Amino acid sequence: MSSWSNHLPALQVIVPMLTAPLVLLLRPSGLAWAATTIASALAFAVAIALTIGVLDGQSFSYLMGAWPAPYGIELGVDAFSALVLLVVTGASTVALLAGRESLNLEIDAHRQPMFYAAWLLALAGLSGIPVSADAFNIFVFMEISALASYVLIAGGPDRRALPAVFKYLLMGTIGATFYLIGIGLIYLMTGTLNLADMELRIHEVADLKPILVAAGFITIGLALKAAVFPLHVWLPNAYAYAPNAVTVFLAACSTKVALYLLLRFDFFVFQPNLAGHDVQFAYFLMPLAALAILIGSSVALLESNLKRLLAYSSIAQVGYILLGASFVSLSGLTASVLHIFNHALAKGTLFLAVACLTTRCSGLRLENISGAARSMPWTMAAFVVAGLSLIGIPGTAGFISKWYLILAALNEGTVGIVLVGVIVVSSLMAVVYIWRVVEAAYFGDAEAGGAAHREAPPALLAVTWIAALANLYFGLSPSLPLALSTSAAETLMRHVP
Amino acid sequence: MELLGLYHYWVFAVLLMIGFYAVIAKHNLIKKLIGLSIFQSAVFLLYITMDKVEGGTAPIIQAGVADPLYSNPLPQVLILTAIVVGISTTALGLGIVVRIKEEYNSIEEHEIQEIDRR
Repeated sequence: MSSWSNHLPALQVIVPMLTAPLVLLLRPSGLAWAATTIASALAFAVAIALTIGVLDGQSFSYLMGAWPAPYGIELGVDAFSALVLLVVTGASTVALLAGRESLNLEIDAHRQPMFYAAWLLALAGLSGIPVSADAFNIFVFMEISALASYVLIAGGPDRRALPAVFKYLLMGTIGATFYLIGIGLIYLMTGTLNLADMELRIHEVADLKPILVAAGFITIGLALKAAVFPLHVWLPNAYAYAPNAVTVFLAACSTKVALYLLLRFDFFVFQPNLAGHDVQFAYFLMPLAALAILIGSSVALLESNLKRLLAYSSIAQVGYILLGASFVSLSGLTASVLHIFNHALAKGTLFLAVACLTTRCSGLRLENISGAARSMPWTMAAFVVAGLSLIGIPGTAGFISKWYLILAALNEGTVGIVLVGVIVVSSLMAVVYIWRVVEAAYFGDAEAGGAAHREAPPALLAVTWIAALANLYFGLSPSLPLALSTSAAETLMRHVP
Repeated sequence: MELLGLYHYWVFAVLLMIGFYAVIAKHNLIKKLIGLSIFQSAVFLLYITMDKVEGGTAPIIQAGVADPLYSNPLPQVLILTAIVVGISTTALGLGIVVRIKEEYNSIEEHEIQEIDRR
C-alpha cells in the first residue's frame, strides 16, 4: 500500500484533537459547528479507509515518533478496533449533522465554540482508545474522553444534569483509577506497557498473584466505565438530562468503547496467561450480564421518561454484549462484537428520533408525546423502525446479532437454554416498552399531549431517516459488520489457550 | 518484619481505602471530591514507590561515573501525566459543584435529591 495509509491510525486521533483548539477560536458559532462536523466527517473517512484496509487483510501498526514498539508508543488497528472506530466516528458525525438545530435550542450561542471543542476532544479520546496499543496511553485517552463527556453532558439547560454528571465524574474517575492500579501492578511484574509485549512477558512472571489482582482491578474498573450491572447507576440520569445530540453520540459509543477495552484486555493479556481465567471470566460476567438484561428491561418497562426508558434499555443491551463475550467462544464473541455495531445503530436512531420529538414537544414524558405521530408521522415511523431493530425483528440489524447470540447460547448446554430464555423474555419486554411509546404517540389524545402541529426540522429528520434506513440495510445485508466481527472474534480467540 | 518491609504498599492501600470511604460515605459534595483526590493520590504513590531501585540514583548520565545504578524514570513520567489528569478531574468536579450550588443552593447530596424529587 502507499505510504500515506500507514499514517491513518495517527490521523484518526490527530484530526479531531488538533481541530479542537481551532474551534475554540471560531466565531460565530455556525463556523464552529461546521468545522467540528468537517473534522468529524474526516475522522469518519479515516475510519472507513482503515476498515477497507483491514478487510483487505492489511494490518496497521504505527510507531509514534518512530520509537520501536515495546519502548515507544505503538498504535495499531485490527478488525475489532476498526469496527469500534466506525461506530465512534459515525455516531459523532451523524449526531453533529442532525444536532445543529437541537443544540442551538439547548446551548447559548457564545458558549457553543467551547462546547464543540469539548465534543472534538471526546471524539479524539474515544477514537484514541481503539487505536492505541499501549496500556497507559489508553488510560490518558480514556480520561480525555471522560472529562470531555462530563462537559458535554453538563452543557445543556437542564439543571438535573449537574448532579447526574457529578455522580458520573465520581464513578468514572474511580473506574479509571482502578484501571490505573491494574496496569501499575502489571508494570511492576513485567516492566512493560505495550499490550502485545505484556502478553509475552507475563509468561516469564513466576508469581501470578499480582496479575490476578490486576485482572480484578481492570475488569471492575472498565465494567464501571461500561455501565455493567450493578455498576450502571451513573448512566440513566447522565443520558437522560444531557443535550439530545450528546445523548445520540455518547449512547451510541461511550459504553461500547469501554466494553471494547474490557474484551481486548481480558482476551489479549489475561486469558492466555492465567490458568482457569476463562472460567472465572465466564462465571463472573455471565450472571451479571443476565441480570443486566432482565433488570434493565424491566425498569425500562416502568419508566415514563422517554430518554430514561431508552437509557435503561441500553443497560440491558450492554448485558447482551457481555453475555456473548462471557461464553468465551468464537460464535459468542462474534455475536458480542456484532451487537456493539447493531446496538449503536438502533439506539443512535432511537435517540435521534427523540431529538426530533424534543424540538416540537413540551417534554419527554409519555404523556407529552401523546398523539405526536399525527403531526410528526415521519419521526415516529423512524422511531418504529429503530424500535423493531432494538427488539430484533427479522429484516432489521438487531435481528442479526440476537440470532447469533441465541445460536452461541445454544452451544452452551443447559445454561445456554436458560440464557436463551432470558434473551427471549427480555426481547418481549422490549416489545412492550417500545409499544408503550408507540401507543402514546399513535393512539394517544393529541389535544392532551400539547404537541406542536409540525414535523421536525428537515435536516434532523433526514439524518434520522438515513440512520433508520441503515438499520434496515444492515439487517438485510449484514456482510460488512459480520466480516469485521468474525475477524475480530477470531483475533480475540486466537489468544485463548 | 516482612510485612513492615513492604510498608509503602500499606500506605498505598490505607490511603486508597480512606479516599474510597470518603467518596462513598460522605454526603457533602466537596468532601466527596477530597476523598476522590486522596484516592487518586494513593495510586500516584504506588507508581512513585515502584520505580525505586535500592542504591539507585537519578537517571542522569554523569561524567566519570562508570556503570551507575539508576532508578527507573518511567513510572515517574507516567504518574506526572496521571497527576495532570487528577488535577483536571478535581478542577472540573469543583466547577460542577459551583454550578450545583448556583442552581440548587446546596451542596448536600440528599438535599439536592430532595429538591429534584419535588
